[in-house]
Amino acid sequence: MAEAINDPQARFLAQLSQGRFMLQRDPLSDRAVFPPRLRAPGHGGTLTDFFPVSGRGIVYSVTVQPKRPPDPDRVIVLVDLEEGARMLSHMPNADPENVAIGDKVIARIVTEGETPMVVFDPAP
Amino acid sequence: MSWQDAFPRGRTAVVGAATYGLGECPGVSSLEMAAEAGYRALDDAGLSIADVDGLFVALPDDYLGGLAMAEYFGIQPAIVDNNRPGGSAFLCHAIHAALALDVGLIDVALVTYGSNQRTGAGKLVAALTASPYEAPHGARMPVGGYALAAARHMHDFGTTREQLAHVALAAREWAKLNPEAFRRESATLDAFLSARIVSSPLSVSDCCLVTDGAAAIVMTRMDKARSCRAPVPLLGGAATVTHKEIAAMPDLTTTGAAISGPRAMACARISPSDVDLVALYDAFTINTILFLEDLGFCPKGEGGRFVESGAIAPGGALPVNTNGGGLSCNHPGMYGLFTMVEAVRQLRGDAGDRQVSGAEIAVSHGNGGLLSSQATLVFGTEATL
Repeated sequence: MAEAINDPQARFLAQLSQGRFMLQRDPLSDRAVFPPRLRAPGHGGTLTDFFPVSGRGIVYSVTVQPKRPPDPDRVIVLVDLEEGARMLSHMPNADPENVAIGDKVIARIVTEGETPMVVFDPAP
Repeated sequence: MSWQDAFPRGRTAVVGAATYGLGECPGVSSLEMAAEAGYRALDDAGLSIADVDGLFVALPDDYLGGLAMAEYFGIQPAIVDNNRPGGSAFLCHAIHAALALDVGLIDVALVTYGSNQRTGAGKLVAALTASPYEAPHGARMPVGGYALAAARHMHDFGTTREQLAHVALAAREWAKLNPEAFRRESATLDAFLSARIVSSPLSVSDCCLVTDGAAAIVMTRMDKARSCRAPVPLLGGAATVTHKEIAAMPDLTTTGAAISGPRAMACARISPSDVDLVALYDAFTINTILFLEDLGFCPKGEGGRFVESGAIAPGGALPVNTNGGGLSCNHPGMYGLFTMVEAVRQLRGDAGDRQVSGAEIAVSHGNGGLLSSQATLVFGTEATL
């Protein structure tokens, strides 16, 4: 039987299910890594264990995708996290007309169906 | 040895090129369309399917399309390359074919593709596996990825929706000169600008067509090519992959074309000012702006103003997508091979009303995924060898 690996994808999602937004860090660059990986992208070095991230980030880019009413338009964002990783997400509570590149945002964990995910709200 | 020194500049050539079933091709499978394009390209070259010992193929609906294609043709090729880095696949195939031809592993390479996505599926057939991290967010892709890049380009460089619309308008003006093009009716900047937004800032007029279509090219070594009609030497080629998902793209305003373009031109011993026309993969209007910058035809950030000046339209200084591109000619899902066919037709002087007079050097550029895979080829005439 193969030695079990430390399945980073399953661990990330399990932590989210428990309300904890956690990522690994590359000790060489001191930047958080997303998506989770077995080893560091680019050089294959060892990553740190998962650590809790602040959830604070900046909108790197944004696109609004119209939906048929009554569904609200979808605000799709790329967010640069304070700890260094970039992720695609959406902003379910934001006014689509008022999300801009450079905006400060804060993460929130939501679960629709079985899979938990990280969404963002405008930072107060 | 460097890539540019190792590449077999001008030692292989395209000797046959064909398209088939552009627009709508009802009742014909993607496999059959790719086969027919292949036969027509071989006819154009004066060769037969029995001569083909290198088969390069990517089909939209068959993970094992290379096997299906070899079986359909009834051949046992020495090399079957089913590599599919998105719509840039066929430019990568041409690079690999050139290397294999040059060292004598194969003598005749056929690169072929067909897709019946319009009449078969009625929409873009997505070949992307959704990321478990991204799928729950419900973003419409691929348009969302390109829209994010466009939004960032507008933020960083002041690029406007009007400038994006100029890309679509130039493509339409060229398409009006091409009897093969799917959308040939006149259009205006205002009409493009008032089109429905799909993923801001991109509207439907910023998005490529959804059509059927097939294309193929045949390549041989230059020694053999000289006995064929109008060989078009491959002077250079290079490719790279920078990411898959848009969140992993290092910089949303600089693509891998900034790597593949200069490398391909170094192989060819040319610079951007030597290029007579460009055929690039315009899946969305922002692509044209990004690739013109990254390939070195204008400075980074100036792409919007460059296209707004009329430079890429008929009568402009740098003809781009003279067939009408993916925006107005055809887009069966993986458009890259059509950039190669158009470059070949122009360099052979076979482009009819849209012919760029005196064309000697053409750049063909393919894109795959979400600006993820970039591949650049430089073709010349025999005079450029």
